[in-house]
Amino acid sequence: MQDRPTLTPTQINEELLWPVFSFRKRHALAFIPPMILISGGVAAVTILIYQGLWVTGLQRPAFWGFFIVNFVFWIGVSHAGTMISAILRLTQAEWKRPITRAAEVMTIFSLVVSLLHPVIHAGRPWRIIYWLLPYDFSRGIWPDVRSPLVWDPIAITTYLTGSILFVFTALIPDFALIRDQSSGLRKKIYGRLALGWRGTPRQWKLQGIFGLLMSALILPVFVSVHSIVSWDFAVSVVPAWHVTVYAPYFVIGAVHSGVSMVLTLMALMRWIFKLENYIWEDHFDAVGRLLIVIATLWLFFFFLDFAYSFYTREEQELAVMERRLFEWPFNAITVIMVFTSYVIPIPLWLSRRVRRNIPLMFWTSILVNIGMWLERYFLIIPAIERKNELTFLWSNYVPSLIESLVVLASFGMVGFLLLLFAKVVPLVPAWEAKEGVIFREDVQFGEVTLPGIIKETEEENVW
Amino acid sequence: MSDVKWGMVVDVDKCSGCQACVIACMSENNIPINLDRDFTENRSIAWIRVERYWEGEYPDVKARFLPVLCQHCGNAPCEPVCPVYATFHNDQGMNIQVYNRCVGTRYCANNCPYHARYFNYRRPTWPETYNNYLNPDVTVRDRGIMEKCSFCVQRINAATRIAKREGNEDAIAGLQTACAQACPTDALVFGNLNNPNSEVSQLYDDERSYVLQESIGTQPNVRYLKKIDEHAAEKAHAH
Repeated sequence: MQDRPTLTPTQINEELLWPVFSFRKRHALAFIPPMILISGGVAAVTILIYQGLWVTGLQRPAFWGFFIVNFVFWIGVSHAGTMISAILRLTQAEWKRPITRAAEVMTIFSLVVSLLHPVIHAGRPWRIIYWLLPYDFSRGIWPDVRSPLVWDPIAITTYLTGSILFVFTALIPDFALIRDQSSGLRKKIYGRLALGWRGTPRQWKLQGIFGLLMSALILPVFVSVHSIVSWDFAVSVVPAWHVTVYAPYFVIGAVHSGVSMVLTLMALMRWIFKLENYIWEDHFDAVGRLLIVIATLWLFFFFLDFAYSFYTREEQELAVMERRLFEWPFNAITVIMVFTSYVIPIPLWLSRRVRRNIPLMFWTSILVNIGMWLERYFLIIPAIERKNELTFLWSNYVPSLIESLVVLASFGMVGFLLLLFAKVVPLVPAWEAKEGVIFREDVQFGEVTLPGIIKETEEENVW
Repeated sequence: MSDVKWGMVVDVDKCSGCQACVIACMSENNIPINLDRDFTENRSIAWIRVERYWEGEYPDVKARFLPVLCQHCGNAPCEPVCPVYATFHNDQGMNIQVYNRCVGTRYCANNCPYHARYFNYRRPTWPETYNNYLNPDVTVRDRGIMEKCSFCVQRINAATRIAKREGNEDAIAGLQTACAQACPTDALVFGNLNNPNSEVSQLYDDERSYVLQESIGTQPNVRYLKKIDEHAAEKAHAH
């Protein structure tokens, strides 16, 4: 059995709230890599807007490229928040406590970043308002609800609103905590944000009920968001995009990439903010186990996608599958993708020693992130390059430097926003950590008293 | 005017691949001049293009030409995917592109099975001496806008106006698109499909006529004519 630190409330406050009250060197230095990536992206987007879309690698027939791939990737990552908080809350997995907020906040930021992509993609951002806002302005024309591109903003903004509500209500006790520990302007601002939180039993009860309700309500949205994003492709007539399996395939891939991103984030948070007392090896262990199941499901859909094409034996779909499997560079991408997102990490994660080895978990989660990004590329690009039965306009899409910079910047931007958020509120919810301490003392199995978290992570040792 | 349904028939057997239609279309519709880089980058714009395919094995090789333009599909895949109604169907069977509605999602081009849609990656420019040659009836499209064959809608509109003013349908009956007008072999025939006496409606139901990528079910208003090869099935089998 693992040694678990016994924490007093004061210690929790001190260890979790230091990024809010002070600005230490390690927090400041962590801003540098995201800032470099963002400045590259800002330069790239400026050039793109000024020059036009010819600076990208887009052409005919590959009218969609890196921006859309990255858009789908970040929508996928946003599924981690709901997966971790809503599903694990409903299944009463106690171990989720310290990682819920980071996952939910990452959901919000990845949604915001992904929403930027269609705007950059269209090349003339000032026109986007006509598309995104369901209002007719002076034109007398409302957006066409038949278009999946109208379903997208509706689904994503619903998810974004739900996630913000989710995060905000979970933040209220911590706002109050910071309010009580600060003075002056800070006290005033956090006082407003805490909405009069006094920590009365009724307030706690309401907050708990809201959390549960939101978890249940957000689940349909969780499934629908990536389904709808997948329908951007599945609704079209492009061979190999036009498959019914895309919606569940995208959702499960989203959960795979999102939860792996949470692993990466956990390791980074633990390192930057010194959260060893809160994010334990048990948590990595638990997320690792969750991912084994999710990744295997994802692999099933990966094969199913091929199976559909081989079953129908439609020539155009077979041409796309041939391109995916045998033609450069997609043969390499397919191999890298399968190895990084399944073949390397999953057997490793089967071993308990690896799941508790944090550096190894960090690097394997990075591998999965790479693999799942390539999966989006693998799903979207080869099909559009081989769209037409008439071979005259077949082409190869080669992304340009500008597009790659924007992709890198999106990673920087999510990191930057998370670091900035950590300056405002603790990334590990202080009230949940304290509640966890109390819950831990309460659990009894027959005559044995065990910490609450044991319930979930070490069943085999209990009996 | 809703009794009009515009359509075209392309006789592939007559096409000599001379590209006169391409040039005619470009000068009629203010299409920017394609430079080398536009072709190497696959970003050239040509509302009608002549695709060339080789048939047979060396030395018995034949070049086959296939002019492809917007098929003005009755059930167009490009229309429902546009979030801003920049492309829609009008009551004359035409697929209309409204340039100033387009926000540049490029979804329509992805969904077009014929690659008939072209995107302005660059701001179009012409040498200064060409400015007076531009057609005043046609909008010049800025960068970030999708464009495609309009069946020379400006000619249709002008003819309709004249017909209405003079109460005489002749102006409409004699209407030609720029490509059909320029075709030296009369491979392109344009006209009103609802008029049973027009050449196009007679050719439309010819036994030689076929539809490009019929399996997608787009119901195009452009059909192709090709000599029926009775041994085609055997030849395909032999490969």
